[in-house]
Amino acid sequence: MNLGELIQLLDCEVVWADDLIDEVHVESCFAADLMSDVLAFSEPGALLITGLASVQSIHAADVADLKGIVYVASKRPAEQVLELARRRGIPLLSTRMGMFEVCAVLREAGLKPGAKP
Amino acid sequence: MNPAANQAGNPPEALYAESFTIRGNDYEHGGDASARIKAIMKELGIPADVIRRLSIANFEAEMNVIMYAEEGRLEFQVFPDSVRVVFADRGQGIPDIQQAMVEGFSTATPAMRERGFGAGLGLPNIKRNTDLFEIESTPGVGTTLRYAVFLNDRGGVAGD
Repeated sequence: MNLGELIQLLDCEVVWADDLIDEVHVESCFAADLMSDVLAFSEPGALLITGLASVQSIHAADVADLKGIVYVASKRPAEQVLELARRRGIPLLSTRMGMFEVCAVLREAGLKPGAKP
Repeated sequence: MNPAANQAGNPPEALYAESFTIRGNDYEHGGDASARIKAIMKELGIPADVIRRLSIANFEAEMNVIMYAEEGRLEFQVFPDSVRVVFADRGQGIPDIQQAMVEGFSTATPAMRERGFGAGLGLPNIKRNTDLFEIESTPGVGTTLRYAVFLNDRGGVAGD
């Protein structure tokens, strides 16, 4: 699924995505608020679903080779966080849905768990 | 250049080396050094899997310095057979390393947890992502981590 489809499914606000909306395809997701969990258990290429909109969410996604971030519950990163995401080329989306609902919708749409067994 | 040089006690010359200073409590820049090193490794053509594992280790170690130490020095070195990091900090140190290596053990404050860290996964996660891992700590003085990821198949480096 590309980001454009995902934006429709989750009724997302695009925080920053530039021309990556059609380019980035995701097949799996990893959901956590704990960045240590992201670093320890996510698989490369997954989409990160989180409620943590700090600068560390961008670094965690970057070092773990994740394709983008969906912030849940209308969380929105500060300008400096957005700027870092832009520099790293990590698309950021924000949705009003909560974590559980986002996961349920994306699972229903066919995305797989992006976690190490 | 020859891995056997390790056995002779003469370490091979690094193909690339750079040092970084990390300041304690500087959450705003927590991750910058790891990101810079990741970019360097990409430029050097290091395999993506090695980059990911080492970047995860570096980021965890960098956040540990920010959360628990006054200042840390990261020495990053690329050898023909491995990428190596020495991370030495000046700070409170770790009284019981064995306990700190247990997943879930944490002395984190709520402020650290708010930033998505402090779950007691840091040191175990560094060990999990590296082929060599050593830790020394003196309470009240500081902690030194040494870790490496091999560039060839595991066990292919003499002297380890």
